[in-house]
Amino acid sequence: MTTYPLEVERLTVAYQKKPVLNSVSFNIPAGKLIGILGPNGAGKSTLLKAMLGLIPVVDGDVKIFGGAYHEQRKRVGYVPQRESVDWDFPTHALDVVMMGRYGHLGWFRRPGAAERNLALECLTKVGMSELAGRQISQLSGGQQQRVFLARALAQTADLYFMDEPFAGVDATTEKAIVALLQELKEQGKTVLVVHHDLATVEQYFDHVLLLNGGLVAEGPTQEVFTPDNLQKTYGGRIAILQDFSASASAGQV
Amino acid sequence: MLSSFTSWFADPNLQWILMGSLLLGLGSGVIGSFAYLRKQSLLGDALAHAALPGICIAFMLSGVKSMGLFILGAIISGALATFGIHAITRFSRIKQDAALGIVLSVFFGIGVVLMTKIQHSGNGNQSGLDKYMFGQAASMMLSDVYLVGAVSLVLILICALLFKEFKLVSFDPGFARGMGMRTAFLEQLLLLMTVIAVVIGIQAVGVVLVAALLITPAVAARYWTDRLGVMVVFAGVFGGLSGAVGTMISGTLSNLPTGPVTVLAATLLFAVSALFAPNRGLIAKLMRRSRQRVEVRQWAGTPESGLGAAASRRYAGERSADS
Amino acid sequence: MMDFWIILTGSLVAATCGVLGCFLVLRKMAMVGDAISHSVLPGIAIAFLISGSRDSVLMLAGAAVLGLITVFLIQMLQQSGLQSDASIGIVFTALFAIGVILISLNASHIDLDLDCVLFGEIAYVPWDTWILNGYDMGPAAVWMLGGALLLVLALIGLFYKQFKLCAFDPALAAAVGIPVALFHYLLMGMVSVATVASFESVGAILVVGMLIVPASTAYLLTDRLSRMLLYSVLIGILSSAGGYYLAKWLDASIAGAMISVAGILFVLAFIFSPLHGLAARYLKRRRLKAEAGIA
Repeated sequence: MTTYPLEVERLTVAYQKKPVLNSVSFNIPAGKLIGILGPNGAGKSTLLKAMLGLIPVVDGDVKIFGGAYHEQRKRVGYVPQRESVDWDFPTHALDVVMMGRYGHLGWFRRPGAAERNLALECLTKVGMSELAGRQISQLSGGQQQRVFLARALAQTADLYFMDEPFAGVDATTEKAIVALLQELKEQGKTVLVVHHDLATVEQYFDHVLLLNGGLVAEGPTQEVFTPDNLQKTYGGRIAILQDFSASASAGQV
Repeated sequence: MLSSFTSWFADPNLQWILMGSLLLGLGSGVIGSFAYLRKQSLLGDALAHAALPGICIAFMLSGVKSMGLFILGAIISGALATFGIHAITRFSRIKQDAALGIVLSVFFGIGVVLMTKIQHSGNGNQSGLDKYMFGQAASMMLSDVYLVGAVSLVLILICALLFKEFKLVSFDPGFARGMGMRTAFLEQLLLLMTVIAVVIGIQAVGVVLVAALLITPAVAARYWTDRLGVMVVFAGVFGGLSGAVGTMISGTLSNLPTGPVTVLAATLLFAVSALFAPNRGLIAKLMRRSRQRVEVRQWAGTPESGLGAAASRRYAGERSADS
Repeated sequence: MMDFWIILTGSLVAATCGVLGCFLVLRKMAMVGDAISHSVLPGIAIAFLISGSRDSVLMLAGAAVLGLITVFLIQMLQQSGLQSDASIGIVFTALFAIGVILISLNASHIDLDLDCVLFGEIAYVPWDTWILNGYDMGPAAVWMLGGALLLVLALIGLFYKQFKLCAFDPALAAAVGIPVALFHYLLMGMVSVATVASFESVGAILVVGMLIVPASTAYLLTDRLSRMLLYSVLIGILSSAGGYYLAKWLDASIAGAMISVAGILFVLAFIFSPLHGLAARYLKRRRLKAEAGIA
């Protein structure tokens, strides 16, 4: 029997008044790039946070490599939304990347030369090595996003959760992220990405998860990313979205 | 105990003081409602501390303990403090909370230096200045009581006259400006009224606790209603009640300073509101939540429940904020 | 010798508060520090009523407990949907009021001057000495503050990376398994201890100044957390020494003068900091404009 990197069963999350996720169940196979799609408020970020144990769940079970999250923590990397931190914090890019090692270091060990080298390596992978010493508020939005990606790489995980890494980034960064995702895939790692741009889904992801309060559909992109399913996910707005995606792909050529 | 109460009420002086603190509480409660809605609750605290150097300088220049001059001094240093907070957040990476703390403590530090300077200079008239720390409504001079009462009345009157303007400026300043309202003027006016409420409040409850006069009744009132008009009235009533109770208790029991008793009365009103208010109170909320939990569980238990459909219906109509 | 003890006391307060203040400022909790410094008062009063003396250990414990209660109450109100500003205001005024009433009601038992609680009496520090086995060990306040500083340095030093990550990105901290809540309350507990250790010498309100002002000044001067901590401590020490001599010259409150000097240093950094000062910003904008003009 093979263990999946991620098994989610009947996951249900409710904020005080409104239910956000309803009994979501799915299994993710290893070595895939998975796009999590859905309209605003569909619970995409909530799903990530619930799987990471950052918010309380009403019901359900999440297994990571066959175990509970807190047992498998070191095999999981996380890229939060860029706006979730204060970029005026007095620290530089390399230091932020080193924070990815804090979980592995345990209670008392401090980051040393080994962590530093690994962090530099990760920054190089996202094309940011020259900016290693720069204060983080002086980086562009795309560069900040790449620092976050490098930090997740430094977590040397097998399963990655990324919350909207493509939001508001420049073309260079978008390319860098795509290249990175491919590299992670070739190494046999599994990456879940909350994504907004329907035009690029088929190009970026080989697996999709359509979410709208509940799970609408989940599976290989060719099978699941269909107008019919999108209609179910996005409801009446799909006409506009199709127009948008058509024009977007036209613009990309 | 009872006899001291009755004799207390018979004293016309004290009746005036009671009236003064009632009006003061009423006025601060009303002003505090707007401060709360404008998310400026702690500004009152900063302004109270920042008033100290202004009061001291007014005393040093004039040599007399006059409420009118103190208010003038406090308004000037309050304006400087507001400007300082604004400049720090606008022109540096320092955030609002630290800017408040910096201005509050530095102004107060300067005030303490000036106050000790006055005390050490041996000016016979300085006694009573340290009353400003904890307030002593029961020992207010009658002329001060008249002034406190009159100023509070004016504040309440202005709020009543400009109610809809203040309401719009607090809720949606951008829209108010679009409508051709002079928002900058109205905001400055509200700020000025806050400074005045703080300065006369210091007289009764002292520098440290005056923030409570603005915040606590307003927050307590918020639990009972969703309408601003009702909230302002409730806040005024709660404030007036706390002021009156505080003055009565500290006037009859010796050794109890007015400020803390007033603040505790307000806190008690807040606690009662937070617990028992219908709809928004804690008990009502808990009851509702336990009902909801059952519903959520029931609804989670049925895998093919209508959530997906319901949600898509909801999102089809309108984009809501992403989680 | 008098000068030395007073400046040393001020410096110990400044160092302890300077380190903790950096984390408060970065976590946008400066006003929570303000709240804690006021609401430890009932803890001090109760400790006094129980022990009947200024038994420092009991006082520290009482204050730490009250500090944690303050933070807990503020969080509870916030989670119930109240604005954070308003929650802070309600909690600290209520607890401070309870403290003042406790002290007023027991004025005959409590040898605790309310003015002293607010402003401190750093000038008396050298006379209140700690006698151990008949030996005069020097001012008691210095020992107490030294102990508080050591505690703070040890905990922050030991868990530097945890405190740093919790301040920068609490979500990631939680995801990698750092007990975020534990470190939150640890920090708040340290702030309470620092407040009580300092209140006798500089008073409740001026502790706030020492927590926030030097840390904010340092925040304008550097882009490294480690240096921010160092600068914050140095600026605090400079403020206490400068404040002492200013107070001597003016014949005024020492604690007040210390904060005034800290305020002057802040204004200087606000205008002239080479990294984030007003002047540097202005020059940069002018240079950019000039470059744009050429292009």
